[in-house]
Amino acid sequence: MIAAILSLTVLGAILGIALGIANKFLKVEGNPIVDELVDLMPGSNCGQCGYPGCVGAAEAIVAGTAPATCCPPGGKALVSAIAAKLGLTVDLSALGDDGPKIATVAEELCIGCCRCARVCPTDAILGGPKQIHNVFREACTGCEACIEKCPTEALVMKPVPVTLQHWVMPKPRLA
Amino acid sequence: MGFMNLFKHFLGDDWGVHPDDRKRPAADRPLRTMPVPEKLYLPLQQHLGGPARPVVLVGQQVKKGELIAEAQGMISAPIHAPTSGTIVAVTDITAPHPSGLTLPAIILAADGRDEWIDCQGCADPFALDPAEIGKRVAAAGVVGLGGAAFPSAVKLTGAARSKVKTLVINGGECEPYLSCDDRQMRERAADIVDGIRIMLHATGAREALVGIEDNKPEAIAAMQAAAAGEAEVHIRPIPARYPMGSEKQLVQVLTGKEVAAESRTFDIGILVHNVGTALAVRAAIRDGRPLISRVVTVNGNCANDPGNIEVLVGTLAEEVIAFAGGLKGDGIGLARRVMGGPMMGMQIPHWRVPVVKGTSGILAFDAQEVAAQEPDPCIRCGSCVKACPMGLLPLEMSARIRNSAYDEAVGIGLKDCIACGCCAYVCPSKIPLVQYFVHAKGELAAQDRNKLRNDATKKLAQQRQERLDREAREKAEAAAKRKAEREAAAAAKAAAEAAAKQASETAGATEGESA
Amino acid sequence: MSEILLLLLSTALVNNVVLIKFLGLCPVMGVSKSVDSAFGMGLATTFVLMLASAASWMLDNWLLQPLGLGYLRILTFILVIASVVQFTEMFVKKTSPGLYQSLGIYLPLITTNCAVLGVALLNVQQEFSLFKSLLYGFGSALGFTLVLLIFAGLRERVALARVPAAFAGAPVAFITISLLALAFMGFSGLNV
Repeated sequence: MIAAILSLTVLGAILGIALGIANKFLKVEGNPIVDELVDLMPGSNCGQCGYPGCVGAAEAIVAGTAPATCCPPGGKALVSAIAAKLGLTVDLSALGDDGPKIATVAEELCIGCCRCARVCPTDAILGGPKQIHNVFREACTGCEACIEKCPTEALVMKPVPVTLQHWVMPKPRLA
Repeated sequence: MGFMNLFKHFLGDDWGVHPDDRKRPAADRPLRTMPVPEKLYLPLQQHLGGPARPVVLVGQQVKKGELIAEAQGMISAPIHAPTSGTIVAVTDITAPHPSGLTLPAIILAADGRDEWIDCQGCADPFALDPAEIGKRVAAAGVVGLGGAAFPSAVKLTGAARSKVKTLVINGGECEPYLSCDDRQMRERAADIVDGIRIMLHATGAREALVGIEDNKPEAIAAMQAAAAGEAEVHIRPIPARYPMGSEKQLVQVLTGKEVAAESRTFDIGILVHNVGTALAVRAAIRDGRPLISRVVTVNGNCANDPGNIEVLVGTLAEEVIAFAGGLKGDGIGLARRVMGGPMMGMQIPHWRVPVVKGTSGILAFDAQEVAAQEPDPCIRCGSCVKACPMGLLPLEMSARIRNSAYDEAVGIGLKDCIACGCCAYVCPSKIPLVQYFVHAKGELAAQDRNKLRNDATKKLAQQRQERLDREAREKAEAAAKRKAEREAAAAAKAAAEAAAKQASETAGATEGESA
Repeated sequence: MSEILLLLLSTALVNNVVLIKFLGLCPVMGVSKSVDSAFGMGLATTFVLMLASAASWMLDNWLLQPLGLGYLRILTFILVIASVVQFTEMFVKKTSPGLYQSLGIYLPLITTNCAVLGVALLNVQQEFSLFKSLLYGFGSALGFTLVLLIFAGLRERVALARVPAAFAGAPVAFITISLLALAFMGFSGLNV
C-alpha cells in the first residue's frame, strides 16, 4: 500500500519536474502562427472583423473564436492562405457571393468636409476642404470605415466593376 | 538521341490531333482587299501588355499611318490611324473577347481620301543597326500576327540580347478553317523572305527555318521558289497536325530541341515569329509603314463566300462579313460566332466587334459544326493524356480544378498547359477540359493580383501611420518652437524694458545731476 | 537478424494495429484528410510509441514487478504515456507550428490512442526483452503510419471523385477503410 502510493507519487513528481524543465527549453515566445497570420493580413486595422486590428483578428482565428473568413478586405485569397496555414477546410463558395465592394463618392452630394479622408486606413480618399472628394479604386480595401462618417450619405459601397484585366472565365458546369 | 526521345520512339510520339482542316475552298481563292469602311473602331489594347495611351483629341484630323495612341510601359505597342479622317470619339466598345466586356477604343470616321502620312522608308535595311530596326518595328506597332499579339520589337531586341542562333518562322497555321498565312505565303512569298532576312539581321541569328505544314503544297512551292537564292533561309515541310503552330511543338519538330517546362524558346537560343509578322516587319522597315491592316480568313459553314480578305485594323466583323458575301440565309442557321481559329479563338457575342491586329479569322459556324453536347462523366480512357502536346494529364488536372484545388493542379503541370484544346477535342465524354484550365489560370492570376493588392494595402496603411506620426511630431515641434519663441520674445521684452527703465533712471539721474 | 525482420514484418503487416487489431482508429479517421498531416501524425505516433514502450518496459521490469505492484500497471503506463505526449506536443509546437495546428486536437489525443497503451501492455504480456519491445513498438508504429498514409492517399483520390450525396464524407471513408482492412487480411496468409 505504502509502496504503491510512494512509487506513484515519486513517478509523478519525477515526470512533472522533467516536463517542467522541458517546457523551459521548448518554450515558444508568443504564438508564431499568429505572427505568420498577421503577415498575411492586410494590416490596415480597419476593424471590419470586429476585432481590434489585424493582430486581434489573427489571434481570434488561431484560437478558433473567429472564422477564417472574417476579413472582408483580404478576400478569398486570404481565406485560402489562412486555411492552408492552419490546415482548415473552408467553404470558399459561401464567401463573397456578390464580390468585393469599394467606396465611391456621389459627386453631387459631397460637401468636401474631409471627415471620410481622415478615417481611411489606407489614405484612399483624396480631396481638400470644400472640394469634391474621390476614392482611388486601387487603394480602397472596402473596409466601410468612411461610410458612416459621411454627413450627406455621399459615400456608398459599390461592387468593383469587372474589367477585361479582371475577368476570369467561369468554371464549367458539372458534368 | 536522348532518353526521352528513345522513350517516345517506343511509345509512339503522337501528340496532338488531326482535325479535318476545312481550309479549302477559302485557301484557294485569291486575296481580296476590302475598301475603307465608314468608321473604324480601334481598341487601345490590341496586344499583350499595357494598353496604349491616346495622343489625339476628339475632332482632330489624322492622316493614314499617323500615330494616334502611344505605347505605355515596357511591353506595349502603339496604334496608328488605318486611314485618313476625323477622330469621332474615345469611348468603350465591345471587346473581341469571350467575356463580352467593353474596352476603351478610338473611333475614327474615314474621310474617303485615304491620304498617307510621309513614310520614311529605308532602301537598304541591312546597313541599319539591329537596334535601330528594333526601334522602328516598335514604332510601327508591329505585334505577332499569329494570334497572341505579343509586341514583336520586344521579341526582336530580346533575341539580339540573348544571342539567339536560330529564327523559326511559323507557317504552320495548324488551326482548321484558317488560311490567311497560307494565302500570304502563296501570293507574297518574296516579301516574306525579305522580311525574314531583315529579322535575321535584326536578331543576329544565323539561319531561319520556315516550318510549313504539308497540307499547303502550293505555299511550300512558292516559298521554296522565293527562298531559292537565300542560303540562310530554309523551307521545311512539316507534318500537318494540331497544334503544330504552337511555339514549343514547332521548335521541337524543326530543331529536335525541347523547351523546358516554364521556360521560353529564348533559353535554347531560338526565336519564333509568324510569317505574317515577317511581312509586317518588312513593311515597317522597307516602306516605313506602320501595321494598319491584316489578312483575315472568313470561313465557316454559314459564310456565303469563304475567303481571305485584307482589311484595315478596326473594321467591324459585320462589315467584313458583308464584304465577303454575307451569311447564308442572312444568318438564320448561325450557331456560333468566333474570332480567331476554331480551337483557340474566342466566341464573340455579336458581329459588331472590330478586327484587331491579332484577329486571324472570322468564323460563322452552324449547329453541325458546333455540335454542342452535354458532358458525360469521365471514363478515364486516357485519350486526353495521349493527345496533350505538352505531356500533361488533363483528366487529373480537371478533377482537381473541379474541386477548386488549384495549387494541386499547378503541382501537376497546369502552368505548362498551352490551352490548345486537344484534350477537349478528343474527349469522348465531351468534358470541356480546356475551359477548366483557362478558368483555373484566370483564378490563379486573380489570386496573385489579390496578393499584390494585399501587400500594397499593407504598405499604404504603414505609410499612413508614418504620416500621422510625422504630423504629430511636426506639430509638437512647431508648438515647442512657438513656445520657445514666445519665451524668447518675452525675455527680450523684459530685458528691453529693464534696459529702458535703467536708461530712464540713469537719464533721470544725470538730469538730476545736471540740474 | 531474420528474427528482427520477422518481428517487424509481422507487427507492421500481419498483425497491423489498425486494421487487424483495430486499435488507434480515432486518429486514422481524424487525421487522414491529407497525406502531409497524416505523415506528421505518423511520425508523432512513432515517436510516442517507441518512447512509451521503452519507458513502460523499464517501469514494469524495474519498479512494478520487484515491488509486486502489477495492479498499478495501467495507471503508471497512462502516466508515462501522457508525459511523453506532453513532451511531444511541446516539441512539435516549437519546431513546426503549422503541423501543430493541423494535427489540432489529435496530437494531445495520442495519450488516449489505444494503440500506444495496447502495445505497452502487449509487451508486458508477451514478456519481451527491452530490445524486442522497442522493436515491437517500432513495428506497430510502422504499420500505423503505413495505414494512415495509404488511407490518406485514398481519401485524397476519393475527394476528387464525384461521390453520391448520401455517401459523401464519412460514409465513403468508412467504406474505403473497410476495403483496406479486407486487403490487409490477405497478409495473414503470409507464412512467417
